[in-house]
Amino acid sequence: MSRTEILTGNQAAAEGAKLCHIQVVSAYPITPQTSLTEYLSQAIESGEIKAEYVRVESEHSALSVCIAASSVGARAFTSTSSHGLLYMHEQLHWAAGSRLPIVMCCVNRGVGAPWSIFNDQQDSISQRDTGWIQIYCRDNQEIIDTLIQAYRIAEIVKIPVMVCYDGFVLSHTMMPVEIPDAETVDAFLPPYHAHTILSPEDPRNINPVTFPWRRADQDGVMCDGYMELRYKLQSALEAAGETIAAVGRDFAERFGRDHGGLLWRYRTEDADVILTGMGSIATEATMAVDALREQGIAAGVVGLRVYRPFPKAAVREAFRDAHAILVMEKDISYGYEGALCSDLKAAFYGTEISAPIHNVVAGLGGRDVKARELAEVTREILDRIAAGQPEGPTTWLNCRTDTPTE
Amino acid sequence: MPENLFKVNKEEYMLPGNRACQGCGLSLGYRYILKALRENTILTIPASCLTVLHGLYPTTSVALPCLNCTFASTAASASGLVAGLNALNRGDITVVAVAGDGGTYDIGIQALSGAAERGTDFIFVCYDNEGYMNTGTQRSSATPMGALTTTTPIHTKQQNKKDMLKIMEAHDLPYIATVSPAYPMDLYDKFVKAKRIKGTRYLQMSAPCPPGWGFPPKDMVKLSRLAIETGMFVLYEVENGRFSFTGRSKTLAEKGKRLPVINYLERQGRFRKMSLEQLSQIQRWVDGKWNEYVRRAE
Repeated sequence: MSRTEILTGNQAAAEGAKLCHIQVVSAYPITPQTSLTEYLSQAIESGEIKAEYVRVESEHSALSVCIAASSVGARAFTSTSSHGLLYMHEQLHWAAGSRLPIVMCCVNRGVGAPWSIFNDQQDSISQRDTGWIQIYCRDNQEIIDTLIQAYRIAEIVKIPVMVCYDGFVLSHTMMPVEIPDAETVDAFLPPYHAHTILSPEDPRNINPVTFPWRRADQDGVMCDGYMELRYKLQSALEAAGETIAAVGRDFAERFGRDHGGLLWRYRTEDADVILTGMGSIATEATMAVDALREQGIAAGVVGLRVYRPFPKAAVREAFRDAHAILVMEKDISYGYEGALCSDLKAAFYGTEISAPIHNVVAGLGGRDVKARELAEVTREILDRIAAGQPEGPTTWLNCRTDTPTE
Repeated sequence: MPENLFKVNKEEYMLPGNRACQGCGLSLGYRYILKALRENTILTIPASCLTVLHGLYPTTSVALPCLNCTFASTAASASGLVAGLNALNRGDITVVAVAGDGGTYDIGIQALSGAAERGTDFIFVCYDNEGYMNTGTQRSSATPMGALTTTTPIHTKQQNKKDMLKIMEAHDLPYIATVSPAYPMDLYDKFVKAKRIKGTRYLQMSAPCPPGWGFPPKDMVKLSRLAIETGMFVLYEVENGRFSFTGRSKTLAEKGKRLPVINYLERQGRFRKMSLEQLSQIQRWVDGKWNEYVRRAE
């Protein structure tokens, strides 16, 4: 039987990891991820779950441990935030390039300098191009459910999955969470079988130097060059969207909760203006939409769950009838605009979608984002559009922008 | 032929033909390392000359399973192998990490110290060719004073070699040993012993590099021996803190006479710009280390 408990996001993640029969955990403490590693240490030391916990001296080593453990066929888990994720950067590429189904929680936090321990999504967004699947959760129920889905997805498509959720906003906020029963999870998530198990019975040299061109093996069979291997990762990621959606549907059937697969919608049926974002800012936008509708503005929300692979077809469908689009995000691609905004615009290129798209950068380094503020900025932008200003500069929500630039 | 040659494992795990340079000290030593380790072994190696020796995808010159890892992560990769194998009840497999001096003394030291402090059950092998030889002879913290490298191209290296073995000793490991490709039986015995011990074992192999050090490939064994005759490299082991000389170094300590370091240095092009002051500094440094070893062996 499933049971409902009041859990923080980090507790929900730990409960999810435990249900997935993780075999090797390796992590290094960093705020706001820390308590997740503590819960798992407790679970392992107390014998509640049987797993190896490697208490490494850095995040770089944490992911290195997961890569090696996964290579011999163990289900591996890690988690981090912010600078810890950036310190893993090299290993993120290595894990994806090795096609290992590692699952990691990224408890989103801003990036220094200067130091910030508070939430935004600059950390995971800046790891966008490492070849990982990225899924953003909007509440603690979605964290536990997504973690269980993540191993299933990762092990089917042979690509590591980053389960992202907002630091403090979710990681340290308590909500009722239904913890699925172990039998249902076991039926949903079969044991891990690695695509290539490194073992003395079948000696191989895994990830050696690979040349630009294809080369023949000892039997004369032509094997991939570096570029074919990159193409395979890319095409697997492109195809992974369908797997993510299918796993989401199967999960919904078995557990009765559907988080939307690639994206979710809120009051979009007749919406003129669509607010969009990832994680808790999208949840906040749903409350802004309720307020806007009370004021007679037909607004809705499209929340993106999956950022990589980018759900191009799904967003084209979801935004088809919008007359205005507001992209709200807790990250910035310095020198341009929010990364999600650019990606959405690219997805709409060449389609009939010609609605004005406005970018709202919000909540950097933990600055509070209120539904009221999202509603206000929506009204302001709609006024600008009505006044014939379809493309405005990126709005920095609730931020003084009249100070000198140095 | 010495009697103990007959006990050496007849299997070859390094196949004929590999991409190492002619006269490579690593290549000769590695052959005997693998013979001592035998089949039930998983290797992990970072970017290094050894990556080149292992070969290009999809062929390899080494018949033991190997996981290539990033430069800084060797000991963490080994930790992951150990954890994964334990989780799968395959803890009987010996996990062996093999890195160069760059991957040990420099970029790999954090992960190595972490794994050693945790008492991870694995063997770490540093093959020390005293510089970044795979990228073309750049200075590392293992490069000896007075050596020309491509990043100390005019003034030579100004600092002494880091004492990595002492750093590893500070981790209170059950087994630490030095080995030389010029003495394969001493090397073989130490690896056989290391394989039987639990916990973190650290072995460091001197790996003379003909192109990087500037000596003819045919002289590799001769030069390896001279390193030991002069005390530039010392064969020893430290078992649970107990120091003992082994092999030729033991003979030297008991009744031999160490040769002056100049006999070793003068045969290598990399020392051609070394100053007399540096020469005497190296001699003093070697004498100091040697005297410390002798005291500890008593």
